[in-house]
Amino acid sequence: MARRLLELADELRREGMAVGTSELLDAFAALAAVSWTDREGFREALSATLAKSQEDRRVLELVFERFFFRTAEREAVERGVTEQGSGENRGEAPIDLDALRERIREALSAAEGQQGDGELRDLARLAIAAFGRQGEGSGVIGVDVQRIRRTLGLKAAQNVAQPPDPESVPLERLRAFEAHVRRELERALIERTQSLPPAKPLRELDRALPTGAAHDLAAVHRVVAALRRRLATQGREARGRSRSPAVDVRRTMRLSLQTGGVPLELRYRPRRPRRPELYVLCDVSTSVTSASVFFLSVLHALHDSFRKLRSFVFVERISEVTEVFERERSFGAVSRAIAGDAGVADVSGYTDYGRVWQELLGLVIDDLDPRSSVIVLGDARTNGREPRADLFARVAGQAGRTFWINPEPRLYWNYGDSVMAAYEPHCDGVFECWTTKQLEGFVNAIAHNR
Amino acid sequence: MSAKLGSIEETRAALGDAGYLAGESTALVCFLAQRLGKPVLVEGPAGVGKTELAKALSRASGRKLVRLQCYEGLDEAKALYEWNYRKQLLRIQVEASDAGWQEVRDDIFGEEFLLPRPLLSAISAQEPVVLLIDEIDKADQEFEAMLLEVLSDFQVSIPELGVVEARTHPLVLLTSNNSRELTEALKRRCLYLWLDYPDSERELEIVRLHAPSLDEDIARKLVEVVQMVRTLDLKKPPSIAESIDWARTLLLLGAGDVDGELIERTMSVIVKHRSDLDLVAERVGVKLSDGLVGSPRPS
Repeated sequence: MARRLLELADELRREGMAVGTSELLDAFAALAAVSWTDREGFREALSATLAKSQEDRRVLELVFERFFFRTAEREAVERGVTEQGSGENRGEAPIDLDALRERIREALSAAEGQQGDGELRDLARLAIAAFGRQGEGSGVIGVDVQRIRRTLGLKAAQNVAQPPDPESVPLERLRAFEAHVRRELERALIERTQSLPPAKPLRELDRALPTGAAHDLAAVHRVVAALRRRLATQGREARGRSRSPAVDVRRTMRLSLQTGGVPLELRYRPRRPRRPELYVLCDVSTSVTSASVFFLSVLHALHDSFRKLRSFVFVERISEVTEVFERERSFGAVSRAIAGDAGVADVSGYTDYGRVWQELLGLVIDDLDPRSSVIVLGDARTNGREPRADLFARVAGQAGRTFWINPEPRLYWNYGDSVMAAYEPHCDGVFECWTTKQLEGFVNAIAHNR
Repeated sequence: MSAKLGSIEETRAALGDAGYLAGESTALVCFLAQRLGKPVLVEGPAGVGKTELAKALSRASGRKLVRLQCYEGLDEAKALYEWNYRKQLLRIQVEASDAGWQEVRDDIFGEEFLLPRPLLSAISAQEPVVLLIDEIDKADQEFEAMLLEVLSDFQVSIPELGVVEARTHPLVLLTSNNSRELTEALKRRCLYLWLDYPDSERELEIVRLHAPSLDEDIARKLVEVVQMVRTLDLKKPPSIAESIDWARTLLLLGAGDVDGELIERTMSVIVKHRSDLDLVAERVGVKLSDGLVGSPRPS
């Protein structure tokens, strides 16, 4: 068992979790205190000792499932165990697809707890068997799962705001069912090929926390709150000569009265960190559609945290949206307002960075000073137009600090019409960023950059 | 170690007796914490009962609760110990000239002149205690580093006195609202517990436990509304504490039924932002008037 656990720890490390020896020792001590027959307790004991954040917990859950499922399968392959019997058995009775559909829907709609996991699994097997007979198997598990779902006509209940549709089933239950189907398909594949598929790292998508927009927004807000904290308390982290603060003579003298005029304890003048002034430019063109919701939520969160903030959106031209954000508190209203207002910024739907810099200079050149920071959120794809890096250099020169956040992986920069290289020398930092995790990285970087 | 917390089930039962309905993982982590003698780091959104868990643990195990509330600028003089300067000064003046320097120095740096703050008093207590370090994320990073010695070895080094070691092993809970990433070194020394909003069944139990005289149907509706409100995209979703408050409010008002009008009147109990109020009024009010929430009213 110890070996298995070490293998698990190895796999966790490969997923980027920091599992140290001390954590492992804790895990062993914890496992000694719980019973091993209870799967939940076993996993909880592991996650209490190994996982140190909510995200870690998620990763652990996924890896745990995969790991112990695969371990069981490997043993099955090694021992040559297959489940022939049940398969033949099922082959004799023809499966009525409509009846099956009804049963599955009933099982999924039933309250949790009434149906055990076992029944769901049986239904998943039946569904696969029925599906396999139609001869539509694509060989790709993910595709098969979706096809089975569609064949069965299963729909997830939409959000609570809509009246319940009798055809639909609760989303979580459907997810659980899909997981079962997936696992059974994998099992079948392993049986067919008599070997294990290579362990794949969890996809970035699987482990990224946010799934719904609301969730996403909350995560972004948390990171931005951290950003504000970092910017606000930076003075405290100063090192070296600037670390020792000035003595506050008045308060020291007053305190010394307690000790008969002997200044036993010094009081220091508190540091007053300067208030950051931010100028944020956000690309909302079609080439960054997928990222623009993320960007807008960053912008929204920034507005929540910073007073002195001016924000702009741009496509072909630039338009200031500071007021929109100040007027509207809800994210939905803001994105609607900006979408409706986009006509200002959007003429052809193609980004024109040159023109954007020109107009930005016209708008803010008098206000930019060394205390201000400029943050650009965009992909630097000019659609073949002039990048006008000289204008950008003027903006960057006027501002104290300039950062560029690019939603594309660094690999794609400077390919095609991306002109990141032209802008990069003028920035104090460029970052790839499309998840909240990377946003946190950005926050860390600029906090230490001062 | 208290005899009552011998297994996970017993821990859960003891917490239940203390008025805290613990989930599977909560009971397990509490049990592990006192079995392994490790601190527990409790994280989760505001108002899911992190602080309450510590209080319940202290009641369940019959230990005293020592609480340290963290805030920005908290330092060791307020968390660990401080020398009682005034008393030392008095002492020096009384001794005046006839005592030698050596004696005076030995004298004024004795335990008599030490003011123990929460951490030191938790460690040096005669009886084992439950130590709650609340909202650790509000304190500075430097403070975390200072905690490391206390948390892993249960000892405090005082330069003038030497090392004060724990006479008893305190049960330590740290809570965090996740407003800042804690350091790895601190996390490494702790068991991790994530508390989240409970599902409706458990929340119903909790509300019923804290407001027992509230009618069951109303409590059920109330929980349904709260759960629904949580799914909206709010600035601050209502916490468990707030649903309990709401239940008590309804009790006070003697309300017989949850309907749109009543929600509007008492909504400020669960929703604390203006924009959130509008959103909830818009969404939940409509639903209630459609009669989609809860069982149909007995007419």
